[in-house]
Amino acid sequence: MEVVLRELTKKFPGRGRKNRGEVTAVDRMDLEIPDGSLVGLLGPSGCGKSTVLNLISGLLGPTEGRILFGEEDVTLLPPEKRGIGLVFQNYALYPHMTVKQNILFPLENLKGKARPSREEMLKKAEEAAKLVQIDGLMDRKPSELSGGQQQRVAIARALVKRPQVLLLDEPLSNLDARLRIQTREEIRRIQRETKITTVFVTHDQEEAMSISDLIVVMREGVVQQTGRPQEVYDSPDNLFVAKFLGTPPINVFCGRVRDHRLYIGEEAVLPADGVSDAEVYVGVRPEGFRLCETGPLSCSLDRVEVMGRDVSVISENAASVNAVVRSIVGAESGLTEALLSGPKGREVRFALVPHKVFLFDRETEQRIFRGEH
Amino acid sequence: MDRKSLNGNLTGWLYLLPALLFLGVFMVYPLIDVFIYSFEEGYNSASQTYFGVGGYNYAYVLRDPYFLQAVKNTFLLVAVTVPLSTGIALLISVGLHSIGPLRRFLQTVYFLPYVTNTLAVGMVFMILFRKTAYSDGLVNLLITWFGGESVDFIDGPYWAKMSVLCLYTIWVVMPFKILILTSALASVDPVYYRAAQVDGTSKFRTFMRITLPMISPMIFYLVITGFIGAFKAYSDVVALFGTDLNAAGMNTIVGYVYDMLYGDSGGYPSYASAAAIILFAIVFTITCVNLLVSGHRMRR
Amino acid sequence: MAEEREKQAVENESHAQKTKPPGKGRVSAARVVTYALLGVWALVVLFPFYWMILTSLKSYSAYNGEYVPRLYTLAPTLENYAEAFTAVPLGRYLFNTFLFTVLTTFLMLAVIVFAAFAFARLDFRGRNAVFVLFLSMMMIPNELVVITNFITVTNLDLRNTFAGLILPSVTSVFYLYLLKENFEQIPDNLYYAAKVDGTSDLRYLFRVMIPIARPTLVTVTILKVIECWNSYVWPRLITDDENYFLVSNGIQEIRENGFGRENIPAMMAAVVVISIPLIVLFLLFRDKVMEGVSRGGTKG
Repeated sequence: MEVVLRELTKKFPGRGRKNRGEVTAVDRMDLEIPDGSLVGLLGPSGCGKSTVLNLISGLLGPTEGRILFGEEDVTLLPPEKRGIGLVFQNYALYPHMTVKQNILFPLENLKGKARPSREEMLKKAEEAAKLVQIDGLMDRKPSELSGGQQQRVAIARALVKRPQVLLLDEPLSNLDARLRIQTREEIRRIQRETKITTVFVTHDQEEAMSISDLIVVMREGVVQQTGRPQEVYDSPDNLFVAKFLGTPPINVFCGRVRDHRLYIGEEAVLPADGVSDAEVYVGVRPEGFRLCETGPLSCSLDRVEVMGRDVSVISENAASVNAVVRSIVGAESGLTEALLSGPKGREVRFALVPHKVFLFDRETEQRIFRGEH
Repeated sequence: MDRKSLNGNLTGWLYLLPALLFLGVFMVYPLIDVFIYSFEEGYNSASQTYFGVGGYNYAYVLRDPYFLQAVKNTFLLVAVTVPLSTGIALLISVGLHSIGPLRRFLQTVYFLPYVTNTLAVGMVFMILFRKTAYSDGLVNLLITWFGGESVDFIDGPYWAKMSVLCLYTIWVVMPFKILILTSALASVDPVYYRAAQVDGTSKFRTFMRITLPMISPMIFYLVITGFIGAFKAYSDVVALFGTDLNAAGMNTIVGYVYDMLYGDSGGYPSYASAAAIILFAIVFTITCVNLLVSGHRMRR
Repeated sequence: MAEEREKQAVENESHAQKTKPPGKGRVSAARVVTYALLGVWALVVLFPFYWMILTSLKSYSAYNGEYVPRLYTLAPTLENYAEAFTAVPLGRYLFNTFLFTVLTTFLMLAVIVFAAFAFARLDFRGRNAVFVLFLSMMMIPNELVVITNFITVTNLDLRNTFAGLILPSVTSVFYLYLLKENFEQIPDNLYYAAKVDGTSDLRYLFRVMIPIARPTLVTVTILKVIECWNSYVWPRLITDDENYFLVSNGIQEIRENGFGRENIPAMMAAVVVISIPLIVLFLLFRDKVMEGVSRGGTKG
């Protein structure tokens, strides 16, 4: 099922005496979610991503705009008529019911012709449980399950009615780090098997990047960028998106362009063809640095962190917006031995990888340039 | 969430309707009505007429010797039972908290008076304390055995009647106080005791400086509810002295209200209302004073 | 799970530490005093019960023949129980009380469940204002409204009927408040999950909220049952026909007019009979009752 949002706006009345105005949680959002895709809604907390999910589910009604499921306008339909499945951040399992009763619950709500016979219900519940691999736990109570298992039950309950759209609100945030990676693979697998259009909300960019077909980056109710994860990472539209995606985060410098050359401090670090003279922010991905004794960017070494296959060189530069410049260099680069033994404060020089460098307008923070591949 | 509509409003009120009906008919309306009654002079319940409006009912009640006796009895009862019962309950709770074996059993035993019928057990107290032609009763036998003089606690001198009433009242209110105090004591984090132990604090000092301050909100709660409960004493008095409390000189304010309303001396809802409002004013004032005092103590 | 187990272990250990007597093996003086105090109070609590059972087993002639009451009996008899059920309509009183308790409790539960649901879950205009009104009613003592209720019920010709007995006893703002608080603790997400699945409000209430809030409902039920079983004042005002007496009124009636006045053993048999149901209920649901009372009960 294709999901389309048109000019979707949601305003909440202000709370309290001081704040009488309205709060715009979602501002004229346009989005097309292709049938059968897995979409991650991504942004810092309070950016309106959960509101979008609640609008799609029908738990909230939009102030303006429309929501289409395929050809059908569902804007005014109540949640139960939309054919959606919803998984809550804390799972919202009914604590007094067993796993089986929880999964059966949505089916038992059906009335008239839509209501399956008892055997069919049990069969469907069994299928849903198998799909998420909890069919051995059917008679347990939620309190007897681990967080990961509860999550699976919640997904099974959302899937048992064969929804057209599956919505997941921060599905991984209550799990520990190891389970999180395992469960996100699981979500990907379930989505692939069922081919249900799935939208999930997260504030964790890594989570969104790793499993989504499409990510939507939001900020203060406004969509910043939509695209395939790698695409958005490789060419962020603005400074916010560049900073939000990637771990470790992008390094930002104050720089300027003179005569089609990019300067950081006094050093011309890269050619910047086609950019007129201006003050800019320079974003450099951590992997965009190469240790090079003749490199143009000079920094003062702080420390070196060796973490398995990666070596992080942490240094300082006067033009850096962040406190330190963090660069990741391959362990094989050979220079590390010298660096590791080097004293704090000695000079390190870097060359920059052009396609890992982005220039942003100082005022609008929009991207104005990206280095050639 | 925000799908508010006329429909939604109506549903809410519909769910609330039974509660509103009961509350309106049996609480809100009577509350207004009792004030009206208390100011209607010479109300006649048969013809439902009255002469005029004014403070006469209050003046009458406040001059009625039966009412004054009831006020005296009630205040005496409150003054004796609230501090005594709270103090004994504290002692027992601390004792209960400090023992291991038998604790659960004793808790069960101590709670029994709560689930018994006040009227029924009051009869047992009556026969224990009563002195009749056939028998002096068990309590009097004990007194004479110890060399005292026997006295009829139920039909005898005022002080005797008052003391058995106080005793019975304490017996009745104890379970609640012990229950609240033991759970308050149990809720003090043992970490504090361990810390005090490490510092070599004596048991008594630990109790005074750690335990007592930590459970003091509950003690204040018990004092306040104790005051309110004792001011409303009635059925335990009836249990001991029968329904004709004025004759026994043991009436309480609540008893006076009911006597004015119903029974042989009844039929005067206006006087009853005035007395009830005076009672409410007393309880309200004392509760406020209590709250102020405890609030002051808390802030210090 | 492992964490929980660990926590449990730590708690058990600290509990053991707390209850371990100081100076193992040596019986300290403090310990003796503690047990003596607790023992004395246990005796004070239990003795009236013992006395009422003992007296109820003594024959009429044996009882009256003892100028010095005996602390035991060698010839127990059940004739007093037979007398209690035949000479006065004790069975009738018990049945009335049972009916009154069941109906009142059931009605109250129905009323407060719907009202608490409306306050906790539904959104409608005026909700907060009405809730404040309800809350303010918690401070109103029963004595203030009982006067008008007496007149209302009399005017409605409901004296000596079950409707007159039950209806004013249904309102219970405090229990409504307890339940509403409990309902509000149920996460909103459960409601939204149920909405997405197409659950109606009513179905959600019965399938999700009520099962989850069951402990509170049990608590409220127990408290109300105790309250009903022991209620005295209102039934006394509203009934003068023996056929509608509850046990409290019955026992008072027995005291003043029944059994030819001085048949104490039969009276005690009646007292035992009416005390037993609540005591059994308490012993069966000890923890529930005590938890419920500590959460929201005061006597009277």
